[in-house]
Amino acid sequence: MSILTAILWRLAKAALTLLAIAVLNFFLLHAAPGDPAVVLAGEAGAADEKMIEQLRERFGLDQPFYVQLGKYVGGIVQLDLGYSFRQDAPVSQLILDRLPATLLLTLTAFGISLVCGIALGVAAAARVGKLSDSALTTLALLFYATPLYWLALMAVLVFSVWLGWLPGFGYETVGAGLTGLDRVLDILAHLILPALTLGLFFMAVYMRMTRASMLEVSQLDFVKTAKAKGLSGPAIRRRHILRNAILPVVTLAGLQAGQLVGGAVLTETVFAWPGIGRLMFESLAARDYNTILGVFLVSAAMVILFNIVTDIVYRIVDPRIGATA
Amino acid sequence: MRYLKATTILVAAALAAPAFAQDSGGRLDIVVQPEPPGLMLGLVQNGPTQMVAGDIYESLLRYNTDLEPQPSLAKSWEISDDGLVYTFHLNEGVKWHDGAPFTAADVVFSADVFLRETHARLRASLAYVDTIEAPDANTVVFTLKEPFGPFINAFETGTMPIVPKHIYEGTDFANNPANATPIGTGPFKFDKWEKGSYIHLVKNEDYYVDGLPHLDEVFYRVIPDAAARAVAFETGEVDVLPGGSVENWDIPRLAGMDNVCTTGKGWEFFAPHAWMWLNNREGPTADKRFRQAVMYAMNREFMKDVVWNGYGKVATGPVSSRTNFYSDDVTIYNHDPAKAKALLAEMGYDGTPVRLLPLPYGETWQRWAEAVRQNLTEVGIKVDIDSTDVAGWNEKTANWDYDMAFTYLYQYGDPALGVSRNYTADRIKKGSPWNNVEGYNNPELDAKWANAATLVKPEDRMALYTEIQKEIVDDVAVAWMQELEFPTIYRCNVQDLVTTGIGINDGPRNAWIKK
Repeated sequence: MSILTAILWRLAKAALTLLAIAVLNFFLLHAAPGDPAVVLAGEAGAADEKMIEQLRERFGLDQPFYVQLGKYVGGIVQLDLGYSFRQDAPVSQLILDRLPATLLLTLTAFGISLVCGIALGVAAAARVGKLSDSALTTLALLFYATPLYWLALMAVLVFSVWLGWLPGFGYETVGAGLTGLDRVLDILAHLILPALTLGLFFMAVYMRMTRASMLEVSQLDFVKTAKAKGLSGPAIRRRHILRNAILPVVTLAGLQAGQLVGGAVLTETVFAWPGIGRLMFESLAARDYNTILGVFLVSAAMVILFNIVTDIVYRIVDPRIGATA
Repeated sequence: MRYLKATTILVAAALAAPAFAQDSGGRLDIVVQPEPPGLMLGLVQNGPTQMVAGDIYESLLRYNTDLEPQPSLAKSWEISDDGLVYTFHLNEGVKWHDGAPFTAADVVFSADVFLRETHARLRASLAYVDTIEAPDANTVVFTLKEPFGPFINAFETGTMPIVPKHIYEGTDFANNPANATPIGTGPFKFDKWEKGSYIHLVKNEDYYVDGLPHLDEVFYRVIPDAAARAVAFETGEVDVLPGGSVENWDIPRLAGMDNVCTTGKGWEFFAPHAWMWLNNREGPTADKRFRQAVMYAMNREFMKDVVWNGYGKVATGPVSSRTNFYSDDVTIYNHDPAKAKALLAEMGYDGTPVRLLPLPYGETWQRWAEAVRQNLTEVGIKVDIDSTDVAGWNEKTANWDYDMAFTYLYQYGDPALGVSRNYTADRIKKGSPWNNVEGYNNPELDAKWANAATLVKPEDRMALYTEIQKEIVDDVAVAWMQELEFPTIYRCNVQDLVTTGIGINDGPRNAWIKK
C-alpha cells in the first residue's frame, strides 16, 4: 500500500469516526440535566412559562429528540456547525474568533515544551548520575507534579503582583490602541506567563521521556559499534541515540498536538486568555449545545488529523516503519 | 417600618449640573462576571447584562438608595389620587445614539409592544395596565385596571428599558441584527465587544443632561477566575470590583490597600435575599415542626460572620429590611439547638436523611451549605449535600427534586414585585426555579397578598404585609438565611460611583475621576 492510499484510507475512516463522535456527543450532552432555555431564563432571575416556551421554540428544543439530532447531523455533513442562540452568532464564527488566541498560546507552549524538554532530556542523559542530572530530574518531577492551576496563580503572584514585570492576565493591553511592533511586543508580554505555565508540564514529560529513552538506547549494540568506530560522544548522541530514542516522544507530542485547538481550559481561565477552552467551558455551563458540540467536533477532528500527521512523521524519523503500519 | 411616604410625587426638574467642579475625562475599568450573553436589555436581563447595558439604555425613572423615584427620561410625573393614572412628562431634545429623536411613541412601543412580548418580570406588572398612551410627543399616560401600589417601581432600567421604535417596530425582535450593536438613549454608547476580553463603551456627547457623563469611556473587563479578578484589582488593571466579583475572604485584604474604598450601598432596589427552599410537599421538610427545628438549629449569626466575613444581615423573614413594607414584628429564630431537638422529638423525626442543594455560585456558597450541614448534624438531622452545576441546579429546583436548596432572589423594592411570587399558590408551577418552589399553600395568606398589592394607601398595605410576615414566619415556608450584602470595591479617587439603588448598573452616568 502506498503512502497516498494509506492516507486516503485513513481519512475515510476519520470521517466516519467524526460522525460517530458527533452523534455520541449529542446524546451525552442532552443527557445532562438542564437545558439552555432554563439557564437563560434562570439568569434573568424571573421567568414565566411563556418565556421558557419562547426560548425553547427559538432554540428548537420543542421538537422531538430525533428531529433535533437529524437536523444537527444534517448540518455537520454539510460542514455547518449550527448557530449559538445564546451568543447570537454562528458557531463556526465563534470558534474562528477564538482560534488565533488559542493557537498562539498552545503552539508557543508546545514549542517551548518540545524544544526545552528534548534538550534538557538529552543533557540529563549525557550526565547521568551526576549532580546536574539529579537537579534536572528533580525539577522535572516538581513541574510534573505541581497542579497547573496553582502554578499559574503563583506565577501571577510573583511576576505580576510582587515584581510587576509581566502582565498577569489578558491577551493584550485593553484600550491602549497599540499598533504594529508595539502591539506584537505587548501580546508577547501577555503570552509569557500563560505559555510557560502551560508548557512546563509537558516540558517535564518530554524531558523525562527523552532521558529514559536515551539511556535505554545507549545500551544497545549499535551504539557500542559506533563507539568502537571511534565516533565522538556528541555525534553518537545526536545521530545514533537521539534518532532512535525520539520515537516515544513523537508519539506523545502527537497526542499533545491533537489537543492544541481544544485550548487549555485552566490556563485560559486563570489568565483570562480569550481562547477556545474557555468558550467550551462557559458554553457547557450555559448548556449552549451547538457551541459545545462544535468545539468538541473541531477538537476531535484535530486529534484525528494529528494522529495521521504523527504516523507520517514516524516514517520520516524512522524509515524502517513501512507502509504496513 | 418603611413605606413610601406619598402616592403622589411631583419632582421638579432638578437636573442642572451641580455647581462645584467635577473633573471630566478619563476611563473606568469595571469587572463584569460572567460575560453577558447579550447586551440588548429588552431581550436579556441577567445580572451582567443589566450592569453593562444599564449605561446604554434608560427607563423613565431612577431610584435613589432610599428607593425614592428620581427623574431620568421623565423629568416629572404625577399619579392620580385613585392610584390609576400615571402621567409622565418626558425630557425634550433627547436623541437615540444613532441620532434619531426620542419621543413618547418609543415609550409606548417599548412598554406595550416590545417588552410585553419579551420581558417576563415586567409582563407580570403590565397585567395591571389597561392602556398606555402618548397624548403628545413628550407625555406618556399609563392607565391601570386597578390600583397596583408597586407600579411606581416598574420604571427602572432593567425592569422597563426603553428601546428604539424606529429600529424594532415590525421586526422579529429576538433575531434583529441590531441586537449586536445596541442603540439606547443612555450616557454611554456601545463601541466594541471583544468576546472573552472586554466590552468598550464611549461617552455619549449628545447626552441630554448638561455636563454628564464625566467619563470618556468605560471598559467592562471579562476575567473568568475569581482569584485573577482580585489580582487585576491589586495590580491596578481594573478600578472597580462590583459586588460579588471576588470571593469574600479576599475582600478584607483588598479593602485594606491604600486608596481603596468599599461601599455596601447600591443594592437597595434588588435587596438580594438568601434562603433555603424547604420542600413543603414531602419528606421531613413537609412537617412545620421540622422546618422550625431547622431554623433553631442554625447559628445564622456565626454563618454570616464566618462564611460571609460579616457582610450582610441575618434575615428575619421573607421581606428584606431594605425593601418597602418590611416588618420586624415576627418570631425571631435564635440559635437554640435544645429547642430544635425538642421539636424533632415531638414530630418523631426518624432520621430520614435530607438532600441539600448548595447554590453553585462559588466557594462561599459551598461553605455555607457545609456550615448548615454541621449545624443540622448537631441536632441529629442527617444531611447529604447534593452538588451540581448551575444548569443542573436550575433543573432540580424547577422540578422540585430536592429537600432543601439554597437560593437567593431580588426583591425589586416591593413585596408585590419580588416577594409574593415565592409564596402564593398560583405561583406553584414546575419549570421555573424562581416561583413558589417550596410549595407553600395558604389560601388565607394568598388573599392577603393579592389584596395588599392593590391597595392605594401605603398604611393599609403595611398593615396587611405585617400580618402576612408574622404568619408566614411562624410557618417557616422556607428557611430565611440572610440579607446579602455585596460590597463594591473601588479606588477612592472614583467619585459618585454608587448613587442609586441599583448601584453600578447606572453608576458610570454620574461617576468622575478625581485628578
